[in-house]
Amino acid sequence: MHELSITQSIMSIALEQASAAKANRITKINVTIGELTGIVDECVQFYFDELSKGTLAAEAKLTFDRPPTRLQCRNCSRIFSPNDLCWTCPDCQSQKVEIISGRECYVSSIEVD
Amino acid sequence: MKIPVLRNILSANDAIARRNRERLEEHGILAINIMSSPGAGKTSLILQTINHFKSKARVAVIEGDVASQIDADKVSQQGAPVVQINTDGGCHLEANMTASALDNLPLEQMDLLLIENVGNLICPAGFALGEDKKVTLLSTPEGDDKPYKYPTIFVESDVVLVNKIDLLPYLDFNLEAFKKAVTGLNDKVKILQVSCKTGEGLEAWFSWVEREIGKKKKRHR
Repeated sequence: MHELSITQSIMSIALEQASAAKANRITKINVTIGELTGIVDECVQFYFDELSKGTLAAEAKLTFDRPPTRLQCRNCSRIFSPNDLCWTCPDCQSQKVEIISGRECYVSSIEVD
Repeated sequence: MKIPVLRNILSANDAIARRNRERLEEHGILAINIMSSPGAGKTSLILQTINHFKSKARVAVIEGDVASQIDADKVSQQGAPVVQINTDGGCHLEANMTASALDNLPLEQMDLLLIENVGNLICPAGFALGEDKKVTLLSTPEGDDKPYKYPTIFVESDVVLVNKIDLLPYLDFNLEAFKKAVTGLNDKVKILQVSCKTGEGLEAWFSWVEREIGKKKKRHR
């Protein structure tokens, strides 16, 4: 259900930018949503189709960039992608890790006419 | 024409959360956002905490639930001011809901605000409410692998309470593996083992809360 509020935020950011640019319509909204956010593209699309009706974004295409989870070992600095249930550094076997990618959640750009 | 935006999708929520924090700050109130799965023991922890602080601090509660008044009624029976937020299907509390709850609480007569989030280990972690501290409860029947399945909530937490430790003899929960996973993700986290049913370990939790109330008051003066 959190996709509803996420979609409302995406819409208001896009509409605000479009009206500031005095655009006639929004053709594309590019969002970046990391794997760890748990946000489902199809759900956002579903809400977007409803919420955008009658707005400048009514015909806009939503594109999703989904950065995968990347971790950095806090012991040896190695950067790696974790397996599902194994967040251990493949080099030094340390479990002390920093999430360096996968939590992104922003509107990167919009395209307007 | 392409317009670069680079704006955090949650920035509107974050802005309201900052205002909530300022409001709480003005009154020197410590606010704790309590998160967990459904049934992990958030309400039991809150009831124990109200009971402990009865004569020491003025406690108020915001109850977040998808539906019903059940938890708010329990808190109210303990004599603490409480506001129930029903999210009507929403899976987490947001800053604007918290803002309207604050309008209905006696802020000038409070030292501690406990915010019980909707039972869920995923999205509550992403939505700031204006709290000073985030606390996650994980009950032993849920299993020790949860930090790997829901890392964000453990990365965000200031304190992790392992609840229902009285059940440990009957379960396969590996406490050491759990602690290692949590501290691996978050080296500043405090992990406490408690049973909200028997009261075991709660003294350490109460002392932490008391210290934090003290720090907040000191900053306020």
